[in-house]
Amino acid sequence: MDITALSVIEVNKLISDRKLSAVDLVKAQLEMIKQREASYHCYITILEEDALEQAKEVQKRIDSGELKDTLLAGIPMAVKDNICTKGVKTTCASKMLSNFTPTYDATVIEKLKNAGAILLGKTNMDEFAMGSTSETSYYGATKNPWNVDHVSGGSSGGSAAVVAAQEAYFALGTDTGGSIRQPSAYCGVTGLKPTYGTVSRYGLITYASSLDQIGPIGRSIGDCAAVMEAISGHDPKDSTSIDRKNIRYLQALKEDIKGMRIGIPKAYLERGLQKEVKDSILNTIKILTEKGAIVEEFDLGIMDQAVPAYYVIASAEASSNLSRFDGVKYGYRTPNFESLQDLYKKSRSEGFGTEVKRRLMIGAFALSSGNYEEYYKKALKIRSLIYQIFQKAFEKYDLILSPVSSRTAPKFGESLSDPLKMYSSDIYTVSVNLAGLPAVSLPCGRDKNGLPIGVQLIGKHFGEEDLIRAAHRLEQAIGDLRYTTHGKEA
Amino acid sequence: MIITEETIQVLANMVNIEVTEKEKKQLTEDLKQIVGSMETMNQVDTEGVEPMSHVLPIKNVFREDVVRNGDDREQLLKNAPQKKDGSFVVPKTIE
Repeated sequence: MDITALSVIEVNKLISDRKLSAVDLVKAQLEMIKQREASYHCYITILEEDALEQAKEVQKRIDSGELKDTLLAGIPMAVKDNICTKGVKTTCASKMLSNFTPTYDATVIEKLKNAGAILLGKTNMDEFAMGSTSETSYYGATKNPWNVDHVSGGSSGGSAAVVAAQEAYFALGTDTGGSIRQPSAYCGVTGLKPTYGTVSRYGLITYASSLDQIGPIGRSIGDCAAVMEAISGHDPKDSTSIDRKNIRYLQALKEDIKGMRIGIPKAYLERGLQKEVKDSILNTIKILTEKGAIVEEFDLGIMDQAVPAYYVIASAEASSNLSRFDGVKYGYRTPNFESLQDLYKKSRSEGFGTEVKRRLMIGAFALSSGNYEEYYKKALKIRSLIYQIFQKAFEKYDLILSPVSSRTAPKFGESLSDPLKMYSSDIYTVSVNLAGLPAVSLPCGRDKNGLPIGVQLIGKHFGEEDLIRAAHRLEQAIGDLRYTTHGKEA
Repeated sequence: MIITEETIQVLANMVNIEVTEKEKKQLTEDLKQIVGSMETMNQVDTEGVEPMSHVLPIKNVFREDVVRNGDDREQLLKNAPQKKDGSFVVPKTIE
């Protein structure tokens, strides 16, 4: 049996029945990383000795009975490299932070460690989470485990690929405009973007504070639910964290979807979808109907302007957030400078990559006097409209179903050359962030070349239980499209 | 809005970035396109719509004014590119 192919829930049973130790599990996982990492490049940093040390400590806690109520005891995980990990380099895939080692753990890391999860390493991503392919990483792109000529998606490309390639059981990603959902779709795994405010952002190196949210990527919705149980909840260290009684993520797996109302924005199926993507989406609609859901098309209203509004808002927030990188307190400092101003400028010019610079300038443009009303404020008003449109739709529906992306994973170099084309591919995902809604991306088919296709379910605010319920039913009906990347090697 | 190489230079100064002549040309082309697409926002009637900077009601979080973190000066300075006598080093800023 290849234990690295199991789900979190399956392997947890082996651990709690004492059929497998945390140390042996980590060893098996490190062996798999050794075999595959050179082909896919999912990680920026891999912990070996340290992961084994953690496993020994966790095994002691398991033996003492301390961890019997958590599904994550002894489970090896990977974390996107924009989430701070104490004593472990956190680079944001940027030269700017290539030598940065946080002195504290992000709240999510603290929570996962308490639950007994073991940190294997930090995953590759687009630099500062800006990109849709993971090609803007300073450390080179992550390859799609289904076909290495194709991208893994982005920005959490490493986190999605690591789960598909069996180089970790689950991973944390972050989603500002689709960065958990789109790579999950491209890599054939399941990703959940929680409602804004559900998961603490303390210790996340921010891109756009009003849109960013941390969430799990796993081999099944059940695994994502298990991670959500551990990472969600109010955190006094994050002023945008919501004080709210916890949602019963795992319980939702047991419930059926009879009578659930699901809406499909009509225009979403009409625009240029790759044929196999459309067919797979239609198939999921059929399944959901068979399972007792009431599925119908409806007119969602303006959505075309979600993409420009998103890029204005995200870039504006980024240009403010990234002003902290100045080569003084931490991060890259240029070796040659004359004055303080010169030090700032040269450190930033040498430390940031092209896409980051581009977005900083877009942000500065939208915020500058003379442009503020026409671009930034206009975008905020459109955000308001999008929020209202979704609120209205959720008076009628429990969930909204849509594609994640119009196509399967592109080949390397296809998207990066044309920024506008790259941005417009985010049409199905960005509006969810603008409205702060939860959404899940899960596998629903493959195209003729064998590349995975994902479907997106969008829930109302704090509607994660509905999402998990429907995703679980779909997953069971669609069958094992999951983590079978390496069927041919098994 | 017309984007020229001068616009790019102004923006670069605002975000404290140096751009080469070649980068400036490329960024001018990129921003022309991107700003053009942003202008499609004008097709949406937003008369009377309140701008929304945050989706959930946010209020300031207060806590008792007591020190809770320890003295982690050494830890924090570990990431500093240059340090001296427990402080960050920067070039001289006044004559």
